[in-house]
Amino acid sequence: MSNTDKLHEIRAIIVRHKRWDLMFMAVGMFALMIAVLTFTVLFAQMIIDGMPRLSWDFFTSFPSRRPGSAGILSAWVGTSLVMLVTIVAAVPMGIGAGVYLEEYAPKNLVTEIIEVNVTNLAGVPSIIYGLLALGLFVYQLGFGQSILSAGLALALLILPVVIVTTREAIRAIPVAIREGAYALGATKWQTVSDHLIPYAAAGILTGIIIGLARAIGETAPIITIGAMTFIAFLPPSLVQTEFPFLSFEWLTSPFTVMPIQMFNWVSRPEEAFQLNAAAAGLVLVVMTLAMNGLAIYLRYHMRKKIKW
Amino acid sequence: MTAKSPVEISQPRRLGYSFRRNLRERFIEALLFLTAFASVAITLAIVVMLVKESYEFFQHVSIWDFLTDTQWTPLFDDAHYGILPLVSGTLVSSAVALLVAIPLGTIIAIYLSEFAPFTVREIAKPFLELLGGVPTIVYGYFALLFVTPLLQQIFPELPGFSLLSAGLVMGIMIIPYVSSLSEDAMRAVPMSMREGSYAMGATRFQTAIRVVMPAAYSGIAAAYILGISRAVGETMVVAVAAGMQPNLTWNPMEPAATITAYIVQVSLGDLPHGSIGYQTIFAAGLTLLLMTLSFNIIGHILRKRYREIY
Repeated sequence: MSNTDKLHEIRAIIVRHKRWDLMFMAVGMFALMIAVLTFTVLFAQMIIDGMPRLSWDFFTSFPSRRPGSAGILSAWVGTSLVMLVTIVAAVPMGIGAGVYLEEYAPKNLVTEIIEVNVTNLAGVPSIIYGLLALGLFVYQLGFGQSILSAGLALALLILPVVIVTTREAIRAIPVAIREGAYALGATKWQTVSDHLIPYAAAGILTGIIIGLARAIGETAPIITIGAMTFIAFLPPSLVQTEFPFLSFEWLTSPFTVMPIQMFNWVSRPEEAFQLNAAAAGLVLVVMTLAMNGLAIYLRYHMRKKIKW
Repeated sequence: MTAKSPVEISQPRRLGYSFRRNLRERFIEALLFLTAFASVAITLAIVVMLVKESYEFFQHVSIWDFLTDTQWTPLFDDAHYGILPLVSGTLVSSAVALLVAIPLGTIIAIYLSEFAPFTVREIAKPFLELLGGVPTIVYGYFALLFVTPLLQQIFPELPGFSLLSAGLVMGIMIIPYVSSLSEDAMRAVPMSMREGSYAMGATRFQTAIRVVMPAAYSGIAAAYILGISRAVGETMVVAVAAGMQPNLTWNPMEPAATITAYIVQVSLGDLPHGSIGYQTIFAAGLTLLLMTLSFNIIGHILRKRYREIY
């Protein structure tokens, strides 16, 4: 074979391989487009269906047998109260566990068990948390099918998220900060509470927001504990006029939440109810997207701002 | 002279101060340990709760019947307690979902990590992460009211509820998880390996397939496993779009209940605490937990065996 022939052969190989490159590039772009387009079409459809139903009345009316006058008042109030319980339960536990694992934990078997366990908990299907809450909170502890049970179930569900992000945020703080604090005679807890937690606050907040965004949309665990789908009243008020001004009766009240209200409307055959479902879905999507967007923004901003 | 200089604080008082300080430190450490240990307690509570109620259940139903009976009709007079129909529904819908999510998710990950221009990646990545946060009930709505009618135009014989449309939507839902995690794994492969490959005259595609992907194998496997776990444990999409009728079938064009859908169906009704119907959802939940657990263990082994360290 002459040299020119070899050269031609090599050139042909190069051209062929370059063509593969281009082809994959096109395939990749196409795959990304499929994903983006599918999502866009789906959400556009929901906006078209749901938008006309969105009005002030939709937020201030109870669910009703007549689709035209049904609203999501009890659902969004229920969601807010459940989230309140979730925050109160998950935030201190998650931050505490994250701080312990990152700063205190000795390298031993117990620590390793806890670490493997946190990873595994993140992979447990959400409906299993619902079963746990049904057996433990609803019956064993007697909280009933209440806001308290639901809030605690969701708190357990998002605990791994809060723990993992707390750990990441604390790990990102340089050792020099700790050494500085210890050099001045601070104890471990003083170092943690006065320096590490404040500096990691933005990162921890990101994790809490992501966790809550997930909790807001969770339907399965709340259905499992037996939340009612038709609630045409509000839980008792948080504040009262007499001493001690705060009332905790709402904790044990029956309730419904946004995703359950939407589930209820989706499963009805009448089309008018399905338009309500679209509207409720729209509210839900905007809420979770706003929360996740805030978290992404916070993380991005933090990365740019912090220079140790 | 009223103010004492630190030197004048007597030795015993300083010791007392340091004792109180130590005590407080110990107390806080114990408290923090308890919060960390709570996660283990949660796992134990899950296992104890599921096993306890399932144990009651297996007092009435033999494990053999549970695993081999081909009918699941616990709420009928003629009650059968075979988990197979629910397992088949779960596996078929998950398989459809993975057939969509794994190829698309992997291609998107390779494209974003190795091919895409900087701006495309910077826009696409947060966009995909946002989609991962959309509530699953919203995807259920899409599956039932949008994808099913669309599929019925292609396959006119498709029923109103089907594993196919639930699985397809679930697959689309899982794409962000698979692509985001796989992309992270590929991005973590050191640049020098790509440079070495390019220096040998490899094209981008060859580098991506033969150098980057094998190097990122453990991370990609972890992404797939997470996708599988998600698909198997997903509840609302299948509960809304795949129907609630237990049906032993391997055909995705049929309606069938999954394990999760059955739990939802029972929870929507009003079964008394302690009845056998109540116990069935715990037995079903235990089956589900064991399924996801075994996938996670496989993932763990794969990760350990093929982990590449640079």
